[in-house]
Order: sequence, then structure tokens, then C-alpha cells
Amino acid sequence: MSVEILTLIFVMITFGIYAYIGWWAKAVDTKSFYVAGNDIPTIANGAAIAADWMSAASFISMAGLIAFLGYDGTVYLMGWTGGYVLLALLLAPYLRKFGRFTVPDFIGDRFYSNKARAVAAIATIFVSLTYVAGQMRGVGIVFSRYLGVNIELGVVIGMGLIMFFAVIGGMKGITWTQVAQFVILIVAFIVPAVAISLKLTGIPVPQFAMTFSDIAVKLGEAQIEAGLKEYILPFQNMSKLNVFMMTMALMVGTAGLPHVITRFYTVKTVKSARWSAVWALLFISILYTTAPALGMFSQYNIIDTIHNSPVEEMDQVEWVGKWESTGLLTLDDKNSDGSYQVSGIKDENEVGIDKDIIVLSTPEVAGLSPVIIALVAAGGLAAALSTAAGLLLAMSSAVSHDLYYKIFNRNATEKQRLRVARIMIFVSVLAAGYFGINPPGFVGEVVALAFGIAAASLFPAIFLGIFDKRHNREGATAGIITGLSFTVIMLVLMKSVPILGTETPIIESFLGIDATGIGIIGMIIHFVVGFTVSRSTSEPPAEIQEMIESIRIPKGSQAPQGDH
Amino acid sequence: MEENKDMKEYWKKNVALIRNLLIIWASVSYGVVIIFGDFFSKIDFFGVNVGFWFAHQGSIITFVCIVAYYAWRLDRLDKEYGVEE
Repeated sequence: MSVEILTLIFVMITFGIYAYIGWWAKAVDTKSFYVAGNDIPTIANGAAIAADWMSAASFISMAGLIAFLGYDGTVYLMGWTGGYVLLALLLAPYLRKFGRFTVPDFIGDRFYSNKARAVAAIATIFVSLTYVAGQMRGVGIVFSRYLGVNIELGVVIGMGLIMFFAVIGGMKGITWTQVAQFVILIVAFIVPAVAISLKLTGIPVPQFAMTFSDIAVKLGEAQIEAGLKEYILPFQNMSKLNVFMMTMALMVGTAGLPHVITRFYTVKTVKSARWSAVWALLFISILYTTAPALGMFSQYNIIDTIHNSPVEEMDQVEWVGKWESTGLLTLDDKNSDGSYQVSGIKDENEVGIDKDIIVLSTPEVAGLSPVIIALVAAGGLAAALSTAAGLLLAMSSAVSHDLYYKIFNRNATEKQRLRVARIMIFVSVLAAGYFGINPPGFVGEVVALAFGIAAASLFPAIFLGIFDKRHNREGATAGIITGLSFTVIMLVLMKSVPILGTETPIIESFLGIDATGIGIIGMIIHFVVGFTVSRSTSEPPAEIQEMIESIRIPKGSQAPQGDH
Repeated sequence: MEENKDMKEYWKKNVALIRNLLIIWASVSYGVVIIFGDFFSKIDFFGVNVGFWFAHQGSIITFVCIVAYYAWRLDRLDKEYGVEE
């Protein structure tokens, strides 16, 4: 059976499973639509968080990014896992005890201000929309690469499916679908990694193979010989300051992402919120400790196979030809010596490797059967769809719950609210699909924006709201506004080429800090301004102080006070 | 008032635990891997070096242990102060 047919079968089976789950878990009221009726078991919530978190980028691109950065690739590895420590220790249990529906809900109630609620809702929408466009694009790319349909049609198919399980099932449908998607994506990631690990080192566990075999030394030698940077030494590709700032911005940004935080509302108890963070991080760490090993193996394998190999010999290798035809691998014998050389100098380099090829080509490079290739395609789709669904729900609930119900129409009935929620998901899917088909030029850049905004606005406000009882409306508003405006202005100035269309960036960096780490300065401003302003204005009302006392104690979370 | 005092103590213990765990979190990720990365990458660890191993494996494993320990410890603290569900 050809790879295309096998892939089609795999994709149809998995899509069938997702659609069935969406139908089985249909939501009947707003509580089940927004927070799955607080009824999700701990381990299932952990798996759903993991699937929500691990996007098309984690699945397809991250191993390749790490392979190019070597040691410095830790910015993604630590940055995208370390935030869960902040979430589990500082936010999740208290937000669960608070027990409402969304992130703006907490900010609005805690700071007794609908303005703060509206700003938080807008930040939520912006962060989620930025993110989701990339996911829809990812769905389209997987479809086009494996099934030969064009990207646009791929995006439309993905939209149709998400529409089905998200509009009908709401959070409940999304959660259970994500559990299934987690299983598929993790199997699809691990199987080829184990196979290539066995092939190159004889050790089946990739994590052990990268540490205990001589593969790292061999890769280092191959890189140096080819004129590339050292693999296992620090700060070869990024300055120490930027590694520090970017790691922190990704960590704090992770802890402030609304679609992740919302998930902690869906479990029964505070205890269960704590443990679902443990399960989530454990599940995520399976992929995040495998990815650097996979990156190392593939990088070594590709350099070892192609570097200094005769042109005729390479033309015989099947996977080389196939990936050359997709444009992800480019070979060009520039000095016409009859063989290809990898080089650190751009004009002399004859081998161009796209970061996405590291994961996507592994099954073929390792000589695995077409079944595995089909599995990887289904895994990439699962990763993209699960993340997109979580983001769409966060986005639509910010509009339908926070803006429509809490601000514009306090008298809306349960039925009206559920209808608006469904319409908003529908609109969000259309918006996401539109941006997936017509991606704005700066989509890649705005992901830094998403993390920066989450780090500078949402995280500090929630954190202070829980741990600083004296923090008040004035402090929170001032903090959010200053932190957010500083971050956005800096990012626009540094990324002015794609965003404003200038020839060169208006500023290169802020005190040596790149765009990816600037959210941390915004966060510090938020803390300083918020603290100062709150101390020079009146303390929060007594009932708010009582609420803070109560969210700090787990007892009594099973009857959320939220109106529903 | 007795209960109130207990709750203050519970919260104090919780915050102290969080602080200690965050110190471990920061020392491993920002300390070993980044600030002292140059130093730790000179010490061999099987096929790699200590800094690199923490950068690509050890820090993530540490994070999992931190959240697991916190959840386990808080379960006990909740029972001790009678605030469990």
C-alpha cells in the first residue's frame, strides 16, 4: 500500500474518533460548555493540558530548532516546561478555588473592575488569535505534504472538523478529544525516535542514548569538521543575556497563557488541579526530553550521510530526492568538486536543511515502514488540532462570557449565553481559518508577541491578585497598562520590518535584549508600577479581601460560587 | 479566631514551601544551565557535560519532581490543617 493511502486511512480513522467524541460529549449548559462541568478526571485533564500545550510547532519544528541551536536550544526546552512550575505552585490551585469560567473573570472580579476585565479579555483574544493562525497553517501543511491536497483545502478540512467537536461539545468535547489526540501524538513522536536511536546507538531509549553513547561527541566532531558551531557548549548561537531573558519570557509567558490556565477550572477539586499540573508536565516532558535526542540524532545522521558525499551517490538515495522535491532539503554543488559539503560559511554551504525536516524525515531516514510515516502525519495533525481547539475556546469565551455577558448584557439567559458562545466559536474558527489561508507576513514574529504580552500583562496581575492582599484596582490597572504598552511598543519597534514595513528595524535591541525576551522587562515594570500605585491608593473593599482569604484555602471548592 | 490563626499559619507554611521550591527551580534552570553554564559545561558527564545535560534533560526532570513534591506535600498540609476536600 502506498504511503498516501496509508496516511489517508490513518487520518480518517483518527478524525472519526475525534468526531465521535465531540458528538458523545455534547454540552447542554454554559458550565459544561466553558469548563466541562468541573467534571474532568485528574489524569485526563493532565493529558488534555499536554495536548493543548504541544502544538504543531512543538511536534514538527522544535526538534529541528534545537538541532540548530545545540546547547542554546535549552531556551525552548526549559522555557516551554519551566512555566508549569509557576503555574502549579503560584496560579492553578487558587484559580480552581476561585472557580469561575475564564481568566478575565478572575481579573475582573478580583480587581472589582469591568475595565480590567475588558483589557484582560482583549489580551486573551489577541494572544489566542496570534497562536491559532499558526496552528491552522500547520494543519494545512501536513495535509499538503502527506496527502497532496493544497494547503487551502487542508485548512478548510481542519476547520470543519474543529467546528464539529468544538461547537457541539464545547470544553467537554474539546477535553476528551484532546485526551485522544495526546495519545496519538505522543506515540507518533516516540516510535520513530526509538527506531533512529536504536539504529545509531544501539540503545532504545533516546534520552539514555543521547547521554550515555558517544553520539554527542561524534556530532560535535562532525559539526566542527564541517565548520559549524560546537553542539554541546553554551552560548555559541545566542548571548548569555538573551538565553536568560528568552528562557524567562517563555516560562512566565507559558504561565500566563489563557488557554492553558482555563484548563485548571475544569477539574473537580483544588487537589485535583495541583495533580493535573503534575500529570500535564509529566506528559509534556515525555516529548520534551525526547525532542533534543531526536534533534541530535537527525542532525548527525544528515551531516554524516551528506557531508563530503559524491553527488551521484546522493542522487541514488530515495529520501534525499524526496525531501529535495519538497524544498525542505536543498543540495547544490557550488564549487563543482563532485560532492556536497556542509559549511558554516553561507556562500560555501552546499546543504540547506529546513528545521521541519528533522522530525518529518526521521522515519524515512531511519528506514522505517510507511505505516510509521502515516502515523507521524496523524500525530502532526493531532498536535495542531488539539492546540487550535483549546485556543478557539479561550478566545470565544473571552468574547461571549466576559465581553457579552459580564459587560454588555447582564440579563442574558442561560440559553442566550450558550447560543452566543457557540456563535463565537464558529466566528473564531472562521477567523482562524482565514489567517491560516492568508497568513499575515509577521505570523512567525507575533508568537514572541503572544508570550511577551502574556508575561507582561496576565501573569503578574493574577499572581499579585492571589499573593498580595493589598493589591487593588488602581495598582492592577496601572500595572497592566504600563507593562503591556512598554512590551507592545518595544516589540513593534524591534520587529518594525515585518510589522510596519520599514527597511531596517527602528531599534535593534533594548539594552542588548532581543524581542523574544523583552516581555520580562514589561513584567518587571508591571510589578514595580502595580506595587507602588497600590500602596499609595486605598485598600481593596472588605468583601474582596475575604474572597482572597477564601481562595487560599482549598476547602469548599466543590460548590463554585460562579453564577451559571 | 482560633481557626483564623490556623489559616494564617497554613498560608505561611504554604508560601515558605513555594519559596523553597522556586529557589531550586531557579538554581537548576537559571543557575546551572545559564549563569554558571560556562563552568558546568567544562565538567564531563558520560558522553556530554553537566551543563548540557541539565540544559536538555535534567532541568525538565527537576521541574517534574518539583511539581510532584509540591502536590504531595500540600495534600498532607491540607489534612494537617483540616482544609482538604
